[in-house]
Order: sequence, then C-alpha cells, then structure tokens
Amino acid sequence: MNASPMTMTAGELKWELPTRGRVGMFCLIAAETSIFVIFVVAYIFYIGKSLTGPMPSEALEVPIFFTICLLSSSFTIHLAVKALRQSDIRRFSRWWLATLALGATFLYGTAREWQRLIYEVGLTISTNLFGTTYYSLVGLHGLHVVVGLILLSIVMAFTWLGRVRHEHAYRVDVLSLYWHFVDAVWVVVFTVVYIIGR
Amino acid sequence: MSTLAFPTTLPISRPFVDRLHEWVTTVDHKRLGILYIGYALVFLCIGGVEATVMRVQLMVPHNDLVSPQVFNRMFTMHGTTMIFFVAMPIVFGFANYMLPLMLGARDMAFPRLNAFSFWLTAFGGLLLYFSLLGASGLYGAGNAPDVGWFAYAPLTSQTFSRGHSTDFWTLSLLVSGIGSIGTAVNILTTILCVRCPGMTLGKMPMFAWLILVMAFLVLLAVGPLTAAQIMLTIDRYLGGHFFDVQAGGSAVMWMHFFWIFGHPEVYVLVMPAFAIVSEIIPVFSRKGLFGYPFMVAAGVAIGFLAMSVWAHHMFTVGMSSTANTFFMMTTMAIGVPTGIKIFNWLATLWGGRIHFKTPMLFCLGFLFQFLIAGLTGIMLSAAPFDWQLGNSYFVVAHFHYVIVGGILFAVFGAFYYWFPKMSGKMFSETLGRLHFLLFLIGFHLTFDFMHLPGLLGMPRRIYTYEPGRGWDIWNLIVTAGVAFQGAAILVFAGGLVWAYFRGKPAGNDPWDAWTLEWATSSPPAPYNFAAIPVVRSRRPLWDLKHPEDPDWKYDQ
Amino acid sequence: MLGVTAVILVVVFSLLAYALVTFRSRTDDDNREPPQVYGSNQVELAWTVVPVLIVVALFMASSRVIATIQNAERPANAIEVVATGHQFWWEYRYPGLNVITANELHVPVSDASNPTPTFITLLSADMDHSFWVPRLAGKTDLIPNRTNHTWIDPHEVGLYLGQCAQYCGTQHAKMLLRVYVQPRAEFDRWIQEQQQQAVTNQSVSEGRHVFESTACVNCHTVSGTRANGRFGPDLTHLMSRDTIASGVADNTPDNLRQWIQNPDAIKPGARMPAMGLGAHQLEAVVAYLGTLR
Repeated sequence: MNASPMTMTAGELKWELPTRGRVGMFCLIAAETSIFVIFVVAYIFYIGKSLTGPMPSEALEVPIFFTICLLSSSFTIHLAVKALRQSDIRRFSRWWLATLALGATFLYGTAREWQRLIYEVGLTISTNLFGTTYYSLVGLHGLHVVVGLILLSIVMAFTWLGRVRHEHAYRVDVLSLYWHFVDAVWVVVFTVVYIIGR
Repeated sequence: MSTLAFPTTLPISRPFVDRLHEWVTTVDHKRLGILYIGYALVFLCIGGVEATVMRVQLMVPHNDLVSPQVFNRMFTMHGTTMIFFVAMPIVFGFANYMLPLMLGARDMAFPRLNAFSFWLTAFGGLLLYFSLLGASGLYGAGNAPDVGWFAYAPLTSQTFSRGHSTDFWTLSLLVSGIGSIGTAVNILTTILCVRCPGMTLGKMPMFAWLILVMAFLVLLAVGPLTAAQIMLTIDRYLGGHFFDVQAGGSAVMWMHFFWIFGHPEVYVLVMPAFAIVSEIIPVFSRKGLFGYPFMVAAGVAIGFLAMSVWAHHMFTVGMSSTANTFFMMTTMAIGVPTGIKIFNWLATLWGGRIHFKTPMLFCLGFLFQFLIAGLTGIMLSAAPFDWQLGNSYFVVAHFHYVIVGGILFAVFGAFYYWFPKMSGKMFSETLGRLHFLLFLIGFHLTFDFMHLPGLLGMPRRIYTYEPGRGWDIWNLIVTAGVAFQGAAILVFAGGLVWAYFRGKPAGNDPWDAWTLEWATSSPPAPYNFAAIPVVRSRRPLWDLKHPEDPDWKYDQ
Repeated sequence: MLGVTAVILVVVFSLLAYALVTFRSRTDDDNREPPQVYGSNQVELAWTVVPVLIVVALFMASSRVIATIQNAERPANAIEVVATGHQFWWEYRYPGLNVITANELHVPVSDASNPTPTFITLLSADMDHSFWVPRLAGKTDLIPNRTNHTWIDPHEVGLYLGQCAQYCGTQHAKMLLRVYVQPRAEFDRWIQEQQQQAVTNQSVSEGRHVFESTACVNCHTVSGTRANGRFGPDLTHLMSRDTIASGVADNTPDNLRQWIQNPDAIKPGARMPAMGLGAHQLEAVVAYLGTLR
C-alpha cells in the first residue's frame, strides 16, 4: 500500500481543478440539450407539413409578456446568487422569491395559452403535426420549468427556515446554471415556434 | 487501533442480511463496479440463450424449433439485452471500478449518483424482461417486444404493435438511458475534477482518456434516443403524429433519430475496449504505450466523427446521392483515426518483450479481430456496397465481429487483468488459456462463416429461409460455433469460481504494471489510498521502480 | 474495394504476426525491460497520411458509382413498374401498360446496344420493406409516405430470386421476390395476357358465386367482376403465377386449397384470415380460381 508521493511532496505543487458541481451541471445541461435539439428538429421538419387543422399563424399568439417574465428571472436569480456570495441573506431571499414568482408567472401563461388553444382553437396534441410537435416541445420545456420551480421552492423554504448561509452560495450558483439553461432553451423554442414557424 | 480483548485477525462473520444490505446501499465505486459487472454477466447468459435459440432455428432451412412470432421476439430481446444490459453495464462497471484508482482518488465525483444510476439501469433490465409476463399482446399471454432492437416506425405504432410489448421496450430503455446519462455525468466530472495532484490531463492513463470520450458520447447520444422514445410514446398513447404516416408523419425521421443515437452508441461500446487494450498491451509488452498524444487525438477525433456518420445505417432508404455521398465520406474518414490506433498498438508491441499471459491473449485476439471488423466496416461504408450487403448477414457478421471479436475479447482481457486486483486472488492460467482457445474457435466458426450467407443474399431477421439459395451449409457451420462459445463461457465461469476460492494470493501488483491502481492492496481498501498520491508522469509506478530512468525525464 | 481491404489485412496481419514472433519474451531473458520508445512523429505522420490517401481514393471511386446508379438517365423505352410493399406481399402495377399483378415481376431482358431497363417506383402501403434481388441490383427500401426509385438492367434471361430485406413483421421472412427476366417477345405476350379481363367460365359459376358473396371481395380484385378489393393481391390472372403467398408455396390446387382453408398453416401470421368455408364451398372456390388464367 503505497502512501508516499511518487516524486515530489504535495506541498510543492499548486493543484486546482474545476469544481464538481459546475462540471456536473454542465454535463447534465449538455445531455438535456441533445434531447431538446431533437424535439426542435422535429418541430422544424414538420413546419408546413400538417395535412389538416389549425395552422400556427391562425392559432398562436406571441407570449411576449410571459417571455419577458421568464428571461427576467434569469437576471433576478443572478442577483440573488450575487447577494448570497456577499452574505446578504435578506437580499438573496428577495431576489430568489422574485425569480420564483416570475417563473411561476411564465408557467401560468403557458397554462392559459394551452387552455385557449385546446378549448377555443381546438388544437390538441393529436389534432395534427403542428399540434403534436408544439405541445411536446413547449411541454417538455414547461416540464423543465416545473422541475426548476420545485428546486427553487426547496431552496426558498430552507431560506425562510434560516438554514441558507454564505457557504451555500456555490450550490445555489450550480442551481442557477440549470435555471439559466431553462431560459436559454425558451429563447430557442420561442424563436422556432413563434417567429420562424408562424 | 484495537482495544478489544479478542484477536482482530479473526474475521467477524456478520449475518447475511447485513452483508446484503451493505451491497444494496453501497455507494463505493468498487462495489458498484462489481454490481454492474455481475449484472452484465447474468444478462450475457440470458442473451446467449436467446442467440442459441436463433442459431438452432436457423441451422437448417424450414426449421420449426420456434414459431416466427417467438423468433422475432428472440432477435429483438437478444439485441436489446446485449447492447443495453450486457455491453453497457460491463463497460460502466470496469470504468467505475478503475477510474478513481487510476486517478489517485478515493471515489467517483458523485457516489450517490453512481448508485442511483446503477439501480436505474438494473431496473430497466428487469422491466424489459417483465414484458414476458406483463405485456398483453394480440396473441394472448404476455410476450416480449418483437419489433427489432431498433424498433422502426411504423411497425411500432399502435396499429401494428398492439398490446404493451413495445412499451416495455421503450420504457425499459428510457429508464436505463437516464441511468447511463447519470454515469456519464459522473465519469466526466470525476476525470475533470478529481484527479490527484500532478496528474494533468496529459498524464492520466489512456484508459481514462478513452472513457472520457465515451462519457462525452453518452451525454450527446442517449438524449436523441430518449427524445425519440418520448415521441413514440406520445404517438402510441396521446394520439400524436410524429411517426404517423397517415397524418403526414415520417417513418424516416425515426430512423434518423434512432441512428443519431445508435451510431455513437457503438462507439460508446468500443471506446472502453480501446481503453482496456491500451492498458494491457503495454504491460505485457513491457513498453509504454506508443504515441500517447496521437492516441489521445485519435480517440477524440473518433468521438467527434462518430456524431456525423449515422446515416450510413440508412443508405438503402433512398436518400439523395448528395446525402449518401456525405455520409460515406464521414464514415470512411472515421477509419483513419481508428487505423492510427491499431498501428500504435502494433508499435507498442514492436521492440517489446511480449508475455503471452491470458489478458494479453485476449487483447491480441482483439487486435486481429478488430482489424478485420474495421475492414468489413470500410467495405460497408461504400454506399454501393452497402446497397447489396446492408441489412444482410454480412452486416450481422460485421457488427458481431466488432462486438464479440473486439469488445467481448477486450472485456475478457480486462477480467483476467483486473480480477487479481478486485479479488486478491490469481486465476488459473491454464483455465484462462482454455477459455481463450475455445472461445477463439467458436467465435471464428460462427462469425467468419457468417459473412458468406450475407454475400450470397441472405437478409437478416428472418426466422427461416428457402433451401437451394446456397445458404444451408454456412448456416450449419455458424451454428456449430455456438457450442464452442458456450463451452468457453462455462470454462470462464468455472475458472472465476475456482480462482475466488482456491486462487493464490495476488499481491498488490502481480503483473508488474505502472498505473496507480497497482499501488493499492488487492482488493483495495474502501478508501483506496491512505494518502492521495502525487504523480509526475504517465507511469507513476515505473518511476518508482526505475528511479534511475523515470518517465518524467523524457519530454513526451 | 475487396482488393484494397485484402492488401491492408495482409500487410497489417503480417506485421502483427512478425511482431508476436520476433518480440516474444524468451525464457532465457533476464528481467530487463526493453528500450522504452514513447513515440515517433514521423511514423505517426506516415501512417496518417497513407490511410488518408487510401480513403480519398476509395471515396472518389465510390462516389462515382453512387452518381452512376442514383442519377441514371431513364431511356425512352424503359419499362415502368410501380411496386407497392404490403405486409407480406408485393403489388406490381405497370402504369403505361394497364397491368396489375402481384408477387411475380416480369421484365424484358435488356441489351447493351439497345437498353430496355426497368425503372421501379417503390411505395409502401403499411410499413418499411426493402426490395432486394441480389443478382439484379442493390436493395432499396419501400417506405410509407415516401416515393423511392430503383432500376434494373438485366442482360441475361432467367428467374431471379430475392426477398424483403427490411423487417416488416411476423412474416418478413416469407415475403419472397421472383423476377422473371424474359425475351422481349415472351414479355410482350405476358403483358397481353395480363391486360385481359378475367376469364369467365360457366362451369365454375358456383365457385364464383361463393367468392363474390363472401369476404373474399373485400380484399381481392378480379377484373371485370364485382371483386375489387385492394388489400390483398389481384387475382385476375392467379393461374399465370408459379407460386402463391408471395413465393412461399407452389401454385397447385392442393396448396391453394390449404391456403384458403387456413393461411396460417403455410404462412403463420399472414394477413389473410382463415375463411371458414365448408368443404364443398372450398372445392368450388378452388375450381373457380383454377380458371383465372
């Protein structure tokens, strides 16, 4: 059982490797990206190919307000993490709550849009190719928002219980990476669905 | 440390339940590695039985050992099992066990994720086989999926695949796919973040580099399969139209998505074989690996190129000549870095002092067989050739040559190489050689001759064939090889059992090797290293054993 | 192609064999390690450049073949066939000639001086199939909602065998192909016969009546009669075919009888249901079909 260093003492060497949390989260983001890419490709491929039914141009309304909400939440979460790094738990708590609220608003917007599409426009996932690809792409993104909100809520709960401190800034930063990813995906989905596809 | 009254050399025998609980709740990478490997071995036997059924059915034309329905389930289950529940777990198992040791670390970056990923994969396999009991098919009692391991649409739509057998295929792979992604995240993070001091990326063992490329491919490739399976399930249960040709959907799109996963997947399987061979050949040639930087570059190049070749599985689908030409180009291109690797292994042997121990025998088998497999691959890469040979037994022979002749041989080599480390016992060299000989004969009987029916026009996935096409004799010979392979596996299993109970103590470093895992006890302590090592070259133990001529003196 | 790969195999294998023999460790070896050579940039360059050149050469040659095959010109007197794949049988239509048949494809032999190739459009009624007659051409898939094309240019008369090459379900193995390459005169005669309406023969009117009043007409067509189903093969000239059930059995009255009685006995999983006819009705139908020349 060899315990001694091979050729030099540990103290002589400056050895810093990237942090596990960030690297792990980036890897997860890479894997999720590859899933989303396939749904986006399917969406783009099927643009204009529906044989029947409501078309994007007549069915969709561009959700500008709710998009602004979601994208702002990226900004607020960034401010929250910054606050925690500076040990300002109060400020962190406020910005974190803002992020949660903005994310929830976005989700509400999606729900309202779906309600309108299903009951007023008559578009469901089984109506035509547009319906199938729209609901699955936006739905997959929405699912990721839900997961993100759950995680954000857990952190919120711990904050209110007074358990979150300066040394947790690193973990919160890793979580914020996920949230930024969810926002970035929305930028792509928004562009493909509401701008290119309409 | 002991203040106990009785001698501490006596092992305290704990109840079986306690020991079982320890294994089920372990997060130790070594234990999880063994769980992965054991799991894979069980499914190897099951997949082997499925193959045997098929081969006996095909031994003579118009055979009626099994009905076409059963045969179609056999090849679906055989392919799915072997790829997802044998090959992947076994490479993950070795990677899990060896990586932290080779990197001078105490465990993987995320031990609990490690355990979670294993149990997900395990559950996926059980779910697939539960289909034998649980899936209600059109024909009554439960049955396994019968849509082929690549499950082309629209065969998988509700119209043509009633009942739930296809859903078992989809869900079991979805679940184990998530497990694979978890393992890949773990591997990448471990390699990037947990290396011991002094071990720059350029100084870590080649094994680690190739596992890194493999993990990267898993991250990018499993996603498309997951996406396609979600789409399929939406089609089957929510009335979606992704692959619904009557609503304008495209059957070809499934093929694209599947093969965007499927091709990198085979590189996921073969990279660890490269990794294993890159560790074993140097040790038994008594020379360091030739051309390390070029091997790294070739491995990374293969990883990138692997994402660009997928439609060579679709040459017969009627894509434009531009598309066919493009994919032919990328597929031929990937042959170049692969060839470079073969040459580098050859150069490692050259000028060395070769010891023909069992691990080395299997690696030499790998080298020879992988060369041939690569060449039949080059043949298939030429689209016009593929138009004749694609979807025939030539392709079946080619990929089994890679997976069995290449990957499985390398895995057997890994077994024999690292078994002493993992168990502390040496295996019997005689039994190991017998295993090698029997398997070599069986492999070549089966898979050399399998090329011929393909060249003579026999397509794949047929439960029987007409006499008089010239295929009969070759099918018979192919089936004959199965007996030898089966015998070899029995010898292998027997050898492992014998070695575990009767093998000589192995010591830390039975092969006089050079990477860090050989600096631990056999088996390693749960914490691997009492003090984290500091390294200065690619072969830390060589430096220790040859202080007058250490590796770090030479700029590599 | 085979030559190139064979040469590579021989060269590399010889080097491997030589290395294993020359550099094996011997028993009288002291335990010294051999010289540790870490690499050589020149060697690496050499064995990168040479394979690249080989690949480029192979690529150029193959690209030319791809272009020749896929972008082939269609001469004016080419025969046109539309082949539609079904689960477990092949439908052939000759649009220009008004012929519809199944499972046995007839084409005229071609000649280098005056080529009369056959251009086949490939469609599918249900799922992916693949048209593969090895001695005539490489395979091309038939994919639903997609139109593919292939062509054959046979220079020798004869019967060419093949089968479906893309797994399409239970009886994928028995979706056999028979291509009859005939001299021009014979082919024209065959076309003529296929263009006729169904033979009417009073002596089998009972069988015809059974045929037309049971479910047979839902799936099969007999031109000039009430039967115009499209799900199964066209039976107008059933007796002009050598085999039934897509090549699975010879076209004899006994086989025909067994097929109608219980298709699963000959081709388990075929789409045709057992018709449940009484013995007398069965005989009558077989006799009727026996007149459809």
